[in-house]
Amino acid sequence: MVITVYGPGCARCYETERVVRNVLAELQRDADLQKVSDYQAIAAAGVMATPAVAIDGVVKLCGRIPKKDEVRAWLT
Amino acid sequence: MSVNRRRTPWMLAGGLAAAGVWVLAYRNLADMARWVTYRLAGLEPASHAASAVEFFVYEAPKVLLLLLLVVFAVGIVRSFFTPERTRLVLAGRRESAGNVLAALLGTVTPFCSCSAVPLFIGFVTTGVPLGVTFSFLISAPMVNEVAVVLLFGLLGWKVAALYMSTGLIIAIASGWTIGRLGLERHVEPWVYQVAAAAGEGSDARFSWEDRVRAGSDAVREIVGKVWPWVLAGIAVGAGIHGYVPEQFLAGIMGKGAWWAVPLAVAMGIPMYSNAAGIVPVVQALLGKGAALGTVLAFMMAVIALSLPEIIILRKVLRPTLIAAFVGIVGTGILIVGYLFNAVL
Repeated sequence: MVITVYGPGCARCYETERVVRNVLAELQRDADLQKVSDYQAIAAAGVMATPAVAIDGVVKLCGRIPKKDEVRAWLT
Repeated sequence: MSVNRRRTPWMLAGGLAAAGVWVLAYRNLADMARWVTYRLAGLEPASHAASAVEFFVYEAPKVLLLLLLVVFAVGIVRSFFTPERTRLVLAGRRESAGNVLAALLGTVTPFCSCSAVPLFIGFVTTGVPLGVTFSFLISAPMVNEVAVVLLFGLLGWKVAALYMSTGLIIAIASGWTIGRLGLERHVEPWVYQVAAAAGEGSDARFSWEDRVRAGSDAVREIVGKVWPWVLAGIAVGAGIHGYVPEQFLAGIMGKGAWWAVPLAVAMGIPMYSNAAGIVPVVQALLGKGAALGTVLAFMMAVIALSLPEIIILRKVLRPTLIAAFVGIVGTGILIVGYLFNAVL
């Protein structure tokens, strides 16, 4: 499973990454967590509001920090 | 879900209770401020210190209460809009009508200046005209709920409405002008090579409970971020209110000084503050004889044009287009400033 966090490096993007990491640790899951901060790549993924999270290339959420429950639901 | 259905009555009851507390607190603010200033702190009536302290203990909770209410409401409204839907509405629009629509949607679509660049790319590569995109990018930060609440709370609904409508007009006119000038070739060439996927965004289906939650999330996020600015701004305002003599600024920032408006704009552009910090200062300046047009122009320049945003946009715009953007919006603000000084 590939999890991608899109964000140019703002505080909310770091927070998003932290939430995802925490949930992964909680569920004891191993996933390939990638961070994308290049604007060209962010736009190419169809993301217009950051932070955004994609699971296996499918954008699940844009423009806000995800809740733990949400991340858990995507992973299971 | 059954769990959700059982929670809804509780949310309703909690909401009603919160509304009751809100109204009670808001209606007793003036008494509370007097009590704190003269009884609790025991300050001499009509002294500089009393005037500054009473101003602070009255205005700070008032503005915070208004912010809570409006940010919550706007959070719910915003849950109906996403950048993706806005783009769909704007794609392929003609100019003029497109500019108006973009400026209006800019006020309600969730937007953060940190995603200005991906949004810009997402818009222009999927058929939203450049000028229409700019109308959106100008109105989104300038006409926002925090600015309008603070203006309403501190200066009344007339100034708030004036700010909102002139802000929209500047966004529409500037975007239209940029579109007419045909500046597309001054966008960094790589932008048009991005094949932006037409993402659908998330949260396609929202229940009312989700929307209420979006409202409280907005309160937590926006009020949580903005409150120190509000307090700092009101503290500076309180200092000016209590200690700067009346009419002190009439000579420098009053109607008579023709150079005051351009100076205010030139000073405002590189400055960066959010609306929460600047409005209380603006109010205090007005009280000391500054002219409304000059002060509004200053505020608009601070909020709509800022160095950090210009640096972010430089990634997608060439210097010529950056200069055109700053020049056109700056001119619009100048005109608004002079107009208000002449009319009011």
